[in-house]
Amino acid sequence: MPRHLLTRRTTLLGATALTASACDSSRPREGFLGVMERFNARAQAVLFDERRLAPELPPEETTPPGKFPEYFVSDTVPLAPAGWALRVGGLVARPGVLTLDALQRLPRTDLRIRHHCVEGWSAVASWHGVRLSELARHVGADTRAGYVELRSFDAGYYSSWDRPSAFHPQTILAYGMNGQPLTPGHGAPLRLYSGVKLGYKMVKYLTEVNFLPEPTGGYWEDRGYEWFAGV
Amino acid sequence: MQAPERRRPQPWLIRVTHWLNVPLLLIMAASGLQILVAYPMLGPQGRPYGWYPFQGIPPPEWMRLGNWLAGARHWHFAFAWFLMLNGVAYVLYLALSGEWRRRLFLPRRDTRNALDTLAFYLRVRKHAPAQGLYNGLQRLAYTGTLALGLLAVLSGLVLYKPVQLGALTSLLGGYDAARAIHLVILVLLALFTVGHIVLVLLHPRSLAEMVTGGRKPDA
Repeated sequence: MPRHLLTRRTTLLGATALTASACDSSRPREGFLGVMERFNARAQAVLFDERRLAPELPPEETTPPGKFPEYFVSDTVPLAPAGWALRVGGLVARPGVLTLDALQRLPRTDLRIRHHCVEGWSAVASWHGVRLSELARHVGADTRAGYVELRSFDAGYYSSWDRPSAFHPQTILAYGMNGQPLTPGHGAPLRLYSGVKLGYKMVKYLTEVNFLPEPTGGYWEDRGYEWFAGV
Repeated sequence: MQAPERRRPQPWLIRVTHWLNVPLLLIMAASGLQILVAYPMLGPQGRPYGWYPFQGIPPPEWMRLGNWLAGARHWHFAFAWFLMLNGVAYVLYLALSGEWRRRLFLPRRDTRNALDTLAFYLRVRKHAPAQGLYNGLQRLAYTGTLALGLLAVLSGLVLYKPVQLGALTSLLGGYDAARAIHLVILVLLALFTVGHIVLVLLHPRSLAEMVTGGRKPDA
């Protein structure tokens, strides 16, 4: 057998074996797929423009009542504990707890934009609440806090966001949906809503917002979903 | 640089990019079907599209790659780059080498030949029309797959970044329309591949040329 053929075949076999071992679907954050995820996260961050807005949609685009899916990871609909209030901490000048009343006294933002689920469906509702950037101003968040972590009372569900996406004008702490107070199925009393991330990044049933210098993971992110997950 | 007519039927870059398409397209198709399983409907939530006959039916397990949604998305978004790079290398080579002249469909030059070839295949015409490396119908098919590839990338980008690429999203008719386009392209590419393989089995020499490059035409 000519020598160059042998070399070519060895190279091909080697490359195939390497791909097979480096691409493990059950551990997608490791090996070659993990390298590519980190590359894709950087590419998405470069593409992200904080002035670019998700289009506001007319009322007739609204998904019919009951057709907007309700997702939570607990066995039954999580219900807010008595005396619920939002704890705000991390690198902030004024850490503390905010009641729903206190949050509702902050400037209100309304938006009707499309929701993009990682599963591939989309749905439309109107949401109202207070911008996360407004809350950051209210508590005096430090500029060194490049990440925001959100925690919930839904069986340990949490996620962490990059600062540009978290401070996007369409990222809000929502206490209302379609003109009504938030229902338990959609994250009452307070959830994150945003036009710039996939649904699993929008933590419902909020208990805590922490402004942090480093990213933490997330409930689904720790199980293999992409961390950046921008749309 | 040689004129394309004097070159081997299949220059090395054409062969390499052609064969790289096989694993890359298989990975993209199989991981794409695993992604589809998470929501095998093409309409937005609450409003299924009536025209899609397989509404809600997940593709069979043997066709899928990635175990579950997260794994399949990692495969899909990792290998999409390599498929795109492969496509860009091919198109650049076509443009710079002049190979596009004997491979791409040019309507004024090739329409007549494509129709005559079709007539020959349908047994309306007795003899095949004269042709160079490819006949008009082949040029139409190969150019069509390039167009499909471009549309697959564009609709895929809409599904990946519907907000950041908002202008492209509107151009393709919205997020759910882009999902439909992306899946229809997969079906069309699969149909092309079936036809491609059938014709290769009928003309085995073309397969040998796609491996070895073939002989240079006699001067």
